[in-house]
Amino acid sequence: MEYEDIIHRCFRCGYCKFPEDYHDINCPSYRKFGFETYSPGGRMWLIKAWLNKEINTSNRYGEILYSCATCGNCMEHCVMPFKDDLLNIFEAAKAELVNGGIIPPGVRDYFKAINVNLNPYKEPQDTRSDWVQDAGIEMYSGQEYLFYVGDVGSFDERGKRMARSVAKVLKEAGVSMGILGSEETCDGNEVKVLGEEGLFQFLAEKNITQFNELGIKKIITLDPHAFNVFKKEYPDLGGRFLVWHYSQVLAELARDKKLPLHEFKAKVTYHDPCYLGRHNRVYDEPRRILKAIPGLELVEMSRNRENAYCCGGGGGNFFTDILGMGEDSPSRIRVREALDTGADILAVACPVCAKMFEDAVKTEEIEDRLKIMDLAEIIIEARNQ
Amino acid sequence: MGNVYNSLVEIVGAEYVSNQPEETFFYSRDPGLSEPHNPDFVVMPKTTEEVQKIVLLANQEKIPIVPMGGSLTLSGLCIPLKNGIVLDLKRMNHILEINEQSRYALVEAGVSHGVLQSYLNRKHPRLMHSAPDAPPMNTVAGNVAIHGSGHLSQETGFHSEMVQGLEVVLPTGEICYTGSCSVVPKWFARAPLPDLAGLFLGWLGTTGIMTKLSIRLYPKPLKKDVLMFVTENPDYMPDIIYNVTETKMAEDVNLFAQPKPDWAEGFQHTVINITGNSEEEMSFKRRLIRRSLHKYIHNKVGGFMFVLPMIKPGMMEAPMRTLSNFADVEKGGGFEYIGVIIPTENFPILYRDAIQIAEKYRPKWSIMCRVIGRGHSMMFSYAWPFNRADPDDMEMAKKALHESNISGLKSGGVIWKPEVEGQRMMMEAMDPHTLKLLQTIKKTLDPNGIMNPGNWEAK
Amino acid sequence: MSRLKFDKKICASCETYDCLVKCRYQYLDLEKAKEERWKLIKGEDSIVLTDCVTCYSCEEYCSYGNHPFYQIVDLQEEKGIYPAPKPITNQQIKSVAPIGKRKAEELDDPVVSLCAFPEAKRSLKGNFFDGPPSFIGRDYFCNLMYLHFGKSSVIKERLPRIIDNIWNDKMSKSESKELLCYHDECFGTFTSWAPAYDIDVPFKPIYFYEYLYNQLRENADHINPLNSKVAYQRPCSNRLCPEQQHWVDDIFELVGVERVKRQFDRDEALCCGSILRMQGRDDLAHDLQKKNIEDMVAADVEFCVFNCPFCYYTLSEMVKEKNIKPIMMVDLCNLAWGDPKK
Repeated sequence: MEYEDIIHRCFRCGYCKFPEDYHDINCPSYRKFGFETYSPGGRMWLIKAWLNKEINTSNRYGEILYSCATCGNCMEHCVMPFKDDLLNIFEAAKAELVNGGIIPPGVRDYFKAINVNLNPYKEPQDTRSDWVQDAGIEMYSGQEYLFYVGDVGSFDERGKRMARSVAKVLKEAGVSMGILGSEETCDGNEVKVLGEEGLFQFLAEKNITQFNELGIKKIITLDPHAFNVFKKEYPDLGGRFLVWHYSQVLAELARDKKLPLHEFKAKVTYHDPCYLGRHNRVYDEPRRILKAIPGLELVEMSRNRENAYCCGGGGGNFFTDILGMGEDSPSRIRVREALDTGADILAVACPVCAKMFEDAVKTEEIEDRLKIMDLAEIIIEARNQ
Repeated sequence: MGNVYNSLVEIVGAEYVSNQPEETFFYSRDPGLSEPHNPDFVVMPKTTEEVQKIVLLANQEKIPIVPMGGSLTLSGLCIPLKNGIVLDLKRMNHILEINEQSRYALVEAGVSHGVLQSYLNRKHPRLMHSAPDAPPMNTVAGNVAIHGSGHLSQETGFHSEMVQGLEVVLPTGEICYTGSCSVVPKWFARAPLPDLAGLFLGWLGTTGIMTKLSIRLYPKPLKKDVLMFVTENPDYMPDIIYNVTETKMAEDVNLFAQPKPDWAEGFQHTVINITGNSEEEMSFKRRLIRRSLHKYIHNKVGGFMFVLPMIKPGMMEAPMRTLSNFADVEKGGGFEYIGVIIPTENFPILYRDAIQIAEKYRPKWSIMCRVIGRGHSMMFSYAWPFNRADPDDMEMAKKALHESNISGLKSGGVIWKPEVEGQRMMMEAMDPHTLKLLQTIKKTLDPNGIMNPGNWEAK
Repeated sequence: MSRLKFDKKICASCETYDCLVKCRYQYLDLEKAKEERWKLIKGEDSIVLTDCVTCYSCEEYCSYGNHPFYQIVDLQEEKGIYPAPKPITNQQIKSVAPIGKRKAEELDDPVVSLCAFPEAKRSLKGNFFDGPPSFIGRDYFCNLMYLHFGKSSVIKERLPRIIDNIWNDKMSKSESKELLCYHDECFGTFTSWAPAYDIDVPFKPIYFYEYLYNQLRENADHINPLNSKVAYQRPCSNRLCPEQQHWVDDIFELVGVERVKRQFDRDEALCCGSILRMQGRDDLAHDLQKKNIEDMVAADVEFCVFNCPFCYYTLSEMVKEKNIKPIMMVDLCNLAWGDPKK
């Protein structure tokens, strides 16, 4: 297994569990399950034990590995020199399980759906552009940018609302872009982190070939997960594109005064999505947009930027639901934290976060006190007021 | 064991009991070199009442219980030597009260040092507690239970001395209180009552399970700085410590010596942390401390090193993140140390011993010490990194640890948080009446011998 | 081993004894200066050897270029006099000893030696220049700092090897054979100390500020004048190359800052105090730092500009407390340019 020569170097000191100021447990799976085995250090020691045949493959072992939300808090705060490889190690260990054919049912179903349907929702691909409705966005035919929507933005109701808002705002700001619609395929980020390397390669190569054939050079993504995989993984497979997350584009438009921003009196707190923040260091642009909106008061949660607490949707958990929705689920903890700031709105920049948090506020019965809105939805709401 | 499992599930809920191989593997060992022993169950209670029920069950079924906090002693003190139940207390993680006026914090047993520190920084910025150098997951209860020390220990003593009150589940299941809280609602003092806290501090979990504790908090200064005094002769250290502590100006005084980086070899480094609320105060303290060491500077045998500003924050943080890096010195993920509490005048002997042991077994090593009280004693540690993937390397490290135990005792020290071998050595050296008293207390409190058996057991 | 080109006759015929009369820290009148200078000429014990704070100034004061300071250091070592405590001295000798970590590479001109300051690399990515290729490391470190510790022998032993390393690893393929010296101490090593000890330097050391100035001038229309008042912390090593001082003023003029007239600048510049602290002269260090900073405050400056990273480390927090912004020269130039290049 790759990285086998460094796994033993974990000291299980536990820095990986915390944010920088030790505010609270920042590892979603450890917070939820409580056993040390569900922490990054626990995983490292168990992977080593598995390699040494001191433990066998089991449902529990699979659950432990796949409960990781790949939020990157461990990579950020581990004090050891190999910290940047932590998620890679977990991915390699999951790949071993995939190769052995023993993976949790939710994970297996996720792979199967993508394999068969090219999306995890098992929906026909030709419904992929149903989200467009009145957004007025065209199919890609040589515009400057491809607007890549992704699975959640295409099929999940909450994600679709967000996709429409973002598309509208970009279009109205004059961004030249088109979508692939029913021709769009899953980007493969979650497939990769869940250890299905073969399926990921298939998806990536399919996408790269398609993008190249269409002459696509620049991509704007809705979803930070797609942003991550296009930027970091596609180049090695021949996919070299200029990639932005929509928040970066909006920030630049706002800076250049090409994005009309209307007054919006609200107290807003912003959640850093893991694949935008920790994984790709984009912290400022979303905040710049919010600060540029007249009347909007931006307040920060204690755990923000590289210390943000994950919504729990990453690492495939959005689909596999290993972390569940109990009182200690990441999204419920996070919305409580947002509420504590006194904010009326929890701003998001990721459709996965949007959905996770919207479900959480309902479960917490605070949806009348805390609204979940993405950056574009806030801009539109301000305009409509 | 099926009955036991079902009973545990009934107490804490199925999701907080495990007898799965993954948990039994992980909880059978700690990051040190102790041999693993599998627990039968790992249980995570949430309340004192749940702990009590588990203890009653354990008595009934004669199953050992091992209370566990962060499991970061590296001495294997949370390893279930006789199997049984490992009680991971970290779900009991509430900070119950911060009394600003009387400066104490009342916390549950699973509250970690890191979380308490963060909470105080945010909600009570005028207060701080003494933070040990162990990683922040280390629990307050676990650390006081082993007589830990931290960044305020030079001023105020061991962390066990900072305990104001305890809630304890006795091995027979009763819930008991020590200190003022046993009489009145507030947990503000141990004196003037008979000091029952001593029945649970230093006993390595063999006399009961702490479920709540109150610890002293201290005023938090606004400014801090660090000075580093360098010498080439360990014989100077007792006098240096005496002079510096005599000024009463330092917050923390630590010493280290190690062969890497290469510029450090052959030198002793006295790290003096000072704090204050104004630059005037800081300037005054720096001056007094420098003056206290004037004769060494004048005779050119000791001097203050220039500490680069970018290095200082790391040296002043508590806990120091870089300390955990020592585990990667051999790129092996492990280190263990023998800590010995010694009178400061014995430092040179242990220092020289440590170098000799290092020459025999370990090319990479570290001596790390902290002055406790105003020089009333010091915690001297011989730290040995090892490569977890190399059994031969681990064997050499074990030999170094064994000789460190011998050296520590022989040189007039008392082994701190001793692993089983260290306990055995100390009991052999112990006054027989004291040993008998120790065993009597254990037997009285724990007639069924369920509490962390294998520890403090005389033959 | 190299010998210092010190001419006793020159010293003997000197009438001013400026090297000691002008000393900022020893307060010797002409008679006393004469007396002590003669002891030094004869190689005898002198209070100068124990009281010297190693500020390098007398190298500048001597109008004959007869290296009075280098001679003091040689004598200190000969007589076993340690300006700083032995453990500090011995540790410093170890801390930047060459370790054989060399890398031969073909670097485009101009090449910068960053001495032992890795953080300087960040500053090199200026807005008005692409950041010339640089190197750093213990095997390329100039070692001149051991003058502060009375250890000429360390410099004599290591410097020829260091020069060889620089030449063979970094310079031999250079067209211009010019080496930009980020720090005045490196420049002083190659232009003052090495010649004083007859050590060949095959490359041409260039003062870094000369390069900065030329870069700024070439792009003058991009500069937004800062319109600020600044204090300049002249490093001790500039005393070895005082003829380079004018570049500071030239750059200041280009970026639109005024180097305020204050008491402790130029000839009257004070040591930052870091070396004094290492020597255990804390009261003196404290006094100097206090005077120096109060002088800056009185001049109502916005910035304190540094050449030497060590001066920066020592004084930056102190000046910040007085609401003066500490800044390295390169960063000041970057500031005049605007936002950093992406």
